[in-house]
Amino acid sequence: METIVTAVELQTNPEGYLVNYKEWTQEWAREVASTYQLELTSKHWQVLEWLRAKHAEGVALTIRKVGASGITDIKEFYQLFPGGPLKISSKIAGIPKPVSCI
Amino acid sequence: MKNLLILGGGTAGTMMANRLQKFLKPNDWSTTVVDRDPNHYYQPGFLFVPFGIYRPEDVHKPKSDFLQGDINFIVDGIAEIQPKDNCVLLDSGTVLGYDLLIVATGARIAPEETPGLLGPLWKKDIFDFYTFEGSVALRKKLEQWQGGKLVINLAETIIKCPVAPLEFAFLADAYFRDRGIREKVEIVYVTPLSGAFTKPKATQLLGKLMEDKGIRVVPDFYLMEVDNETRELVSYDGKRESFDLLVSIPVNKGDEVIERSGLGDEDGLNFVPTDKRTLQSRKHSNVFVIGDATNLPASKAGSVAHFESEILTENILSYLAGQSLDAHFDGHSNCFIETGHGKAALIDFNYDTEPLPGKFPWPVIGPMGLLKVNRANHWGKLAFRWVYWHMLLTGKHLPVSTNMSMAGKEVEVSV
Repeated sequence: METIVTAVELQTNPEGYLVNYKEWTQEWAREVASTYQLELTSKHWQVLEWLRAKHAEGVALTIRKVGASGITDIKEFYQLFPGGPLKISSKIAGIPKPVSCI
Repeated sequence: MKNLLILGGGTAGTMMANRLQKFLKPNDWSTTVVDRDPNHYYQPGFLFVPFGIYRPEDVHKPKSDFLQGDINFIVDGIAEIQPKDNCVLLDSGTVLGYDLLIVATGARIAPEETPGLLGPLWKKDIFDFYTFEGSVALRKKLEQWQGGKLVINLAETIIKCPVAPLEFAFLADAYFRDRGIREKVEIVYVTPLSGAFTKPKATQLLGKLMEDKGIRVVPDFYLMEVDNETRELVSYDGKRESFDLLVSIPVNKGDEVIERSGLGDEDGLNFVPTDKRTLQSRKHSNVFVIGDATNLPASKAGSVAHFESEILTENILSYLAGQSLDAHFDGHSNCFIETGHGKAALIDFNYDTEPLPGKFPWPVIGPMGLLKVNRANHWGKLAFRWVYWHMLLTGKHLPVSTNMSMAGKEVEVSV
């Protein structure tokens, strides 16, 4: 029997960010992306994987860093995740929301 | 004789030189600090200079006053670090060999990263307050400014002292009230983050401060360029925000010598890849990195450098004794937030724990309050300048634990 992991089953904080990034699945990412009316292309997935790898390394992320990743530039990053690209892509990637110290 | 070489004589470099002096035998080790600037700046004071709270002369002293004992101090630029050969080239042509290197070259504002920021309006209607020159120039501007739209903009999220822009907004509100022209000044806070406050407890307890002070917040605004003709900030997604007077917190980068030496992170911001627990360079075992120069996901602030200096001292002594590096930095940071008219808030947090309310540094007694706006915190901030010059730089013990303590903190908040 298969267990289908849905967004409902993974623990998130009140803003919808995954509590434990290791629980992330692609299926969950697709569900969250759909709440932003986003269909994930291969470019989206490349960005998401890069964000997850950097988060695992303990790197503090910024939009500028995504722009310097070699995967996309800042303008395209905005087109991929319109509105607030880093906070939206972080949510879909299952990593914490970008925040300041306070 | 072995050589300990410290690049940068700011807060972190000075503390490390003084701390290690107490442990390294003078017959075995020679300690040298290199810095291009003979002046030591009390950087937290830059916030107060524009508002006339501190005079420019209150925030700098000769670096040599704070380097104790037999520490050699060389005033020179650093041309290149060559870790493979264990040496450093200085601008004057001097070559310094080292057995152990501490990189404490700090961070600087890089307005040149944003098109238009250094345009015709720079230092006329666009100012920074993260440099001594910037804060003094802004002081003169504010003295004669008769009102209009003041915009405070953060060009990037990884900046020195991330609370300083907030404090600037609060102090500007108080300053214009005291001058009796507050109704002629519109204050707007433009940030790339989702709000002025982003951590849950801090937002819950301090989030209303901006509204209470009549400061408008523009969130999710990532600066692409400054249009000098129309006097507008332009974001990457085409949003525009006009200004009469812009106080900019430009992109922050590590020192250019990091780039010249090929030691920076791959993102091109010149911060040095550093083990976030041990503070050892990720690439070279006899190189350690401290303070704003690291790529650690901790705040770039003097308090962080202070806590790191205690960990790093222990780890360097372990390294020299051939032992494993067992002291681990937890990302501890502690800072005051001036809110104007003689009051301030205080926050204390680390990599894993967000700022929480409570008492500091002692449970129940305080006397300072975490995530509370009161006068005791403000007096703490003013007293800190004395502590900085007389205790912190010289490596004296402060009554604050190195790793963050949960004592005195309230985990559940009822408001």
